[in-house]
Amino acid sequence: MKRFEIHVTGKEGIHDPAGENSLHALANLGYVGVTGVRIGKFIQLTAEDGVTCEQVEEMCQRLLANPVIEDFSVTAREV
Amino acid sequence: MRFGVVQFPGSNCDQDVVRALRYLGYRADFLWHRETSVEGFDAIVLPGGFSYGDYLRCGAISRFSPIMESVIAEAGHGLPVLGICNGFQVLCEAGLLPGALVRNKGLKFICKSVPLRVEKSVCQWLDLEPGTVVDIPVAHNEGSYYADDTTLAELEAEGRVVVRYCRPDGTVVPGETAPNGSLHDIAGICNEAGNVFGLMPHPERVTDGVNGSRVGSAFFTAVAKRVAATA
Repeated sequence: MKRFEIHVTGKEGIHDPAGENSLHALANLGYVGVTGVRIGKFIQLTAEDGVTCEQVEEMCQRLLANPVIEDFSVTAREV
Repeated sequence: MRFGVVQFPGSNCDQDVVRALRYLGYRADFLWHRETSVEGFDAIVLPGGFSYGDYLRCGAISRFSPIMESVIAEAGHGLPVLGICNGFQVLCEAGLLPGALVRNKGLKFICKSVPLRVEKSVCQWLDLEPGTVVDIPVAHNEGSYYADDTTLAELEAEGRVVVRYCRPDGTVVPGETAPNGSLHDIAGICNEAGNVFGLMPHPERVTDGVNGSRVGSAFFTAVAKRVAATA
């Protein structure tokens, strides 16, 4: 069995209101020095051994991420 | 004139659209998302709602519904397709329209009537003169239009921005009049041919007069006239 860990984040320059509001909330709690919060998604796929990183990247291109607004990275792990 | 209104699991404006179209005197039938053909329909509407629970991204999963293969193919042959709200998000995910709809600036779900200015465009759906201002309700959480600078420049140059958020007098103040943070204050765009049109506001809610206005009719009548003229 394999595990693929996928991080999906908004592209540079795309508004991330959830991140911006969380940044304000952290400042309100008194945490100083935090200069940015970006909120994305973490997707974990479990797959049979034959599934390749290239196939998972294709899955990201087609469905799991929207390349118009999001970047993604795929890491394979043996389990 | 026969409209097909697609029902995805989670669509919730499908009944409103059918009601509005029937009020205007057109034949309108539901099209279940598992159907595989749009044959026999003169135009297709993808209604608002929360198809597939908006899981993953709005429209991301519905875009692969069986019916969408036929919608995408026939849109390429000129079939008029209108996407309202969630339908607009589906059209962007499907690649029939460029760009994407992202989370509203300010994180609020926005539900109110807003003024829209009709732009000079190649859109086949709109029966209104450029410069006209119409009040149409919006109801969305992910309605902020985003596209890269090249795409935005193309949309502007090719007359594909169809309606823009504006002040009641029709003035557009960049970065200010869009309640959701849409780039270029865009509320609706169309494809190059003008047959595929997507917008966030809901014209079907102000078509039969129940909500005090019939101004939304003009978003459906032009296509019907066009179909009648070519029949």
